[in-house]
Amino acid sequence: MLKVHRDICGYCGCCVSVCPEGALELIDAYLSVEEKCTDCGICAKVCPVGALEARHGK
Amino acid sequence: MESKYDVLVIGGGPAGAIAAKSAAEKGLKTCLVEKRPAIGAPVRCAEGIGREALMEFIEPDPCWISAEMTGAAIVAPDGTLMQLSSAQAGSKVGYVLDRKFFDRELVWRAADAGADIAVKSRAIAPILENGAVKGAKIEHLGKVTSITADVIIAADGVESKFSKWCGIDTTVPVREIMSGAQYVMTDIEIDPHSTIFYLGNEVAPEGYLWVFPKGDRSANVGIGISGRKSGKGHRAIDYLNKFVEKTFPDGKTIEHIIGGVSVCRPLDCTVADGLMIIGDAARVVDPLTGGGIYNGMFTGRLAAEVAAEAIARGNVSKKALMPYDKAWRASKMGKAIDRNYNIKEYLIKQSDSKLNDIIHSGSKLDLKEFSTLMLIKELIRVNPKLVIELGALAASLR
Repeated sequence: MLKVHRDICGYCGCCVSVCPEGALELIDAYLSVEEKCTDCGICAKVCPVGALEARHGK
Repeated sequence: MESKYDVLVIGGGPAGAIAAKSAAEKGLKTCLVEKRPAIGAPVRCAEGIGREALMEFIEPDPCWISAEMTGAAIVAPDGTLMQLSSAQAGSKVGYVLDRKFFDRELVWRAADAGADIAVKSRAIAPILENGAVKGAKIEHLGKVTSITADVIIAADGVESKFSKWCGIDTTVPVREIMSGAQYVMTDIEIDPHSTIFYLGNEVAPEGYLWVFPKGDRSANVGIGISGRKSGKGHRAIDYLNKFVEKTFPDGKTIEHIIGGVSVCRPLDCTVADGLMIIGDAARVVDPLTGGGIYNGMFTGRLAAEVAAEAIARGNVSKKALMPYDKAWRASKMGKAIDRNYNIKEYLIKQSDSKLNDIIHSGSKLDLKEFSTLMLIKELIRVNPKLVIELGALAASLR
């Protein structure tokens, strides 16, 4: 499952907009990852600061 | 907050605020919910807006204007600078806002017009009945309340989750998300009345880097790059740091901002039964500039007007709300999005040497009207070859 580096994340929502599964949700100052995350890695790619890490994705 | 409204607006940015204000002014019982604890913060914006565009909605007020602009400049990949100025020398062409105060002012006005406002209140699910949107479940401090409304206006920004929950695909393609980072910097040498745009594949691949003044020695220094060009070691923040180290080595960063901006085409349809989608959530950001404040306010006002008519007639079906979708597409704004999308698609395919050629053609352009349309027309005039390359697009600009 997707790893969120909370010390890097700026909770900006860029990742939320590209998630094809709708598995990400920004709850004020933290990013929540739902079970339906497929670990595809799209969000990790577009993150402006590199806060996300797909464990098995691209 | 009550349990039933005529209009429920989800999101308290400029789009949602203007929608709520306009709806309340039409006499509709309106509520605006914002998931963040404060309106206007954190900022996710370069804060620039054209003068005419702003004036259509609100009189400029020093309380929320950081700086007045009299011109702009574009820097080619090779460093050549092209200055853009208004034919009326020295006239104000735009503003750099202070969004923390600007957004707050707009929500204040919505409240003054009679709308209820709820902050730290997050929509967590739509209330659906036979496929029609009837309301939303709102969570506040761990407690969930059901709010029903005749029309729900989704103004939840780049994330655009509410519409997605209602079955509308709002996902932005990777290549069409601008991955962005920005520093509010101070103690830097700048022209305090001119915005600067830096182009080039080394500087900002398939995007641009900006310096938008916020005062005599301070500015928003930011960048957007295409999501497909982003990755480990070459993210928006990496490009921004490279630029800042070179250009403003002694500057001081007083705010660290990141965010995403969609530069895709707007959603195929921005209404559903009981639902209207506005602003960034509808993907109506200008695909060439990434500007979304005006488009958000424009769609917000229009949505409220159409909602008022539909509610008065007692029919809030998709068909009854469709005039909103049709009207913004047919508007000057809708046409500009269409045109600027095509120009963006052309520009991102050009090599640095081609961009250099285009910018070398004029070191100073006086624009009759200070707009991207006028700029493109001028660039075509001084680069006749572009007429052939742009084909039908160039013809449509005449």
